[in-house]
Amino acid sequence: MIEIKMPRLSDTMEEGAIATWHKHPGDRVEIGDVLVEIETDKATMDYEAYEAGTLNSILVDEGETVTIGTPIATLDNGKDSPAPAATPAPAPVAAPAPVSAAAESTPVTAPAPAAVVATKPAARAPEPVHSGSDGVFASPLVRRLARDHDLDLSRVRGSGPGGRIIRADLNGLLSEAPAPAPHRAAPRAVISSGPIVDEKRASQEITVSKARRVIARRLSESAQTIPHFYVTAVADAQLLMEMRADLNEQAASKDLPKISVNDLIIRASALALREHPEVNASYLGDESSVMLVHNRINIGVAVASKSGLVVPVIVDADLKSVAELGVEAKALATQANAKGLSLEQMSGGTFTISNLGMFGVEEFTAIINPPEGAILAVGATTREPVVVGEQVVARYRVRFTLSADHRIIDGALAAQFLRTLTGLIEHPWRIVAAEG
Amino acid sequence: MTIKTYRQALHDTLRAEMLRDENVFLMGEEIGVFEGSYKITAGLLAEFGERRVKDTPIAEEGFTGAAIGAAMLGLRPVVEIMTINFSLLALDQIVNHAAKIYGMFGGQAKVPLVIRTPGGGGQQLGATHSQNIELYYAFVPGMKVVAPSTPADAKALLLAAIRDDDPVLFLENLALYNTKGDVPDDDTPAEIGKAKITREGHDLTLIGYSRMAYIAKNVAETLAESEGLDIEVIDLMSLRPLDRETLVNSVKKTHAAVVLEDDWLTYGIGAEIAATISDGAFDYLDAPVRRVAMAEVPMPYSKVLESAAMPTNDDVVNAIFQTLEAVGRRLKKVGQSHD
Repeated sequence: MIEIKMPRLSDTMEEGAIATWHKHPGDRVEIGDVLVEIETDKATMDYEAYEAGTLNSILVDEGETVTIGTPIATLDNGKDSPAPAATPAPAPVAAPAPVSAAAESTPVTAPAPAAVVATKPAARAPEPVHSGSDGVFASPLVRRLARDHDLDLSRVRGSGPGGRIIRADLNGLLSEAPAPAPHRAAPRAVISSGPIVDEKRASQEITVSKARRVIARRLSESAQTIPHFYVTAVADAQLLMEMRADLNEQAASKDLPKISVNDLIIRASALALREHPEVNASYLGDESSVMLVHNRINIGVAVASKSGLVVPVIVDADLKSVAELGVEAKALATQANAKGLSLEQMSGGTFTISNLGMFGVEEFTAIINPPEGAILAVGATTREPVVVGEQVVARYRVRFTLSADHRIIDGALAAQFLRTLTGLIEHPWRIVAAEG
Repeated sequence: MTIKTYRQALHDTLRAEMLRDENVFLMGEEIGVFEGSYKITAGLLAEFGERRVKDTPIAEEGFTGAAIGAAMLGLRPVVEIMTINFSLLALDQIVNHAAKIYGMFGGQAKVPLVIRTPGGGGQQLGATHSQNIELYYAFVPGMKVVAPSTPADAKALLLAAIRDDDPVLFLENLALYNTKGDVPDDDTPAEIGKAKITREGHDLTLIGYSRMAYIAKNVAETLAESEGLDIEVIDLMSLRPLDRETLVNSVKKTHAAVVLEDDWLTYGIGAEIAATISDGAFDYLDAPVRRVAMAEVPMPYSKVLESAAMPTNDDVVNAIFQTLEAVGRRLKKVGQSHD
């Protein structure tokens, strides 16, 4: 019998949630069969069997989250199997005794009734006054209702013995649960069907997804622990836009994919990083006497997918042509929206670009994506009045802001990096002509 | 329908089955000339003669064994063991022979044996004559154990037991012999292994068998009147096979259960019922399953102590109230507390 444990599927993974079991107790399992889909902090991944056998039991149900190393299933590989679970009830003999309804169920340790020697009936086990592992002490019925109606028991005060939440305590909540949103002349968009928990604000509770929680935790960590500083530059993008128009005209005639401004900026950033490798670096923490400078330039591209922010990584961005980058970035974004990015596709980044230009944002600042040392926030490329010589003319301009980890990147370095980047954007042929 | 006592229903059913099937015969201590310690067999020796109504020596192992042999060869013996306490002397015959022959010998011989025997205390018969040890037999695969609580069920279950091809321990109860009730005139046997919902309700499931099923029904009806409680009562009727489905379905509806038993609590039938409910209706329980049983002492002889040791109506009421309070019902206490 083998215990299958929650695997560590990424370096940042601490716990995983069971998304879907592909095998069920009694199913034959061959090496390489997909046993289960596991949702990690970054992606949902297939987990394959390393041993053949018969799936004996599932210990963690779908939707449940456990820490790495927690047994999630047992696989019977025919070796040192424990004593066969109680001989199956003999073929109906004289009296075909009904086999226990739960011959296989796990024994439940009930609080032993106090010895009732010479005391009367109604053995009352002392009411436990502890709380459950989740801090909530509720009757099984209440737990089932909470699951079915998506109730948050931590907000319910138990009136049962020892503070146990009992069915009667849910009366208010349950009557609210199916109630529709308050009547209004013009019905408002209601995001979830949950109850209104705050009438004044008409607030509803919406479950924070695992992915969202990971985003939240990592961003807090980054914003709170990394001393960010921000350097903004503006580049004249007139030539870049003209070149792009020209390239796309060529591409259209050859039925090739179009190139976006962002593709050019990815490429330009990669080239700027090659020139300033100290920006392509990671601080390892105060305890470490070294920092890492990365020799490969792997650029993460922030994508607002349906399930939240994801950052697919384009590996060796400095070695790829603009056209290649464009194709790859587009494919990754499409895949991200289908929630199909693998862990591999989201790891190993050395620098991130976040572009809100398509929303018309002029400029903004971004939070560093650890363990990277910097992130570039790119605004929209728009026509502005610019003084050229003595004339005011309309030209394309783009603003971008570098957020840098001041522990390893100083202001001057950030400024030099931006100057290089500005230079590339203002002399766009260097972006496409540079050796890839 | 005819109103009869439990005793009379048993007597009439035995007689009717003897008239219906000449293979049915009776064996036991003092069942013939003396007409039975509890007069169940009154008049039967005179009517059917010594071939069909056998007075035996005081030797339970011997006459139970003889009955098993007769059953294996095609007769349908109905053995009376004067009280269930004395069945201990026949334990080996019942457990190691009656229950196992069919299976051990590949079905070559059936054992259509009925052992009628009353249990129960409350008659000042002392510790060795006041026990409820049907549990010992309900524990054994190969046995069937039935326990009627009303005259009608006594008839229906005795018909079923006599006509069943397996050994059946038929549990009577000293305190029920004089209870009266409507008894159907037709001879439709009960289905062994089926519990009966004797009162439908939604507030709580009250479970018992034999005397405690009788008490359960009475308490439920009293509380319906005095407290407006809507209690569902289940009479197990059969301890093996056990009708788990009826128990589980009831608790799924009521979300709470109290189990009554006349014997000791520890390792008792109530424990099996509670486990069944926990297995089958865990997600429906709003309070722990509570059990009411007798005190964990050998039954005292003193009337006062005997009454104190046995579970009473008040004990049942208290257990019901505790359980209902645990699910949020606010009730005023009635009866005496024994806690």
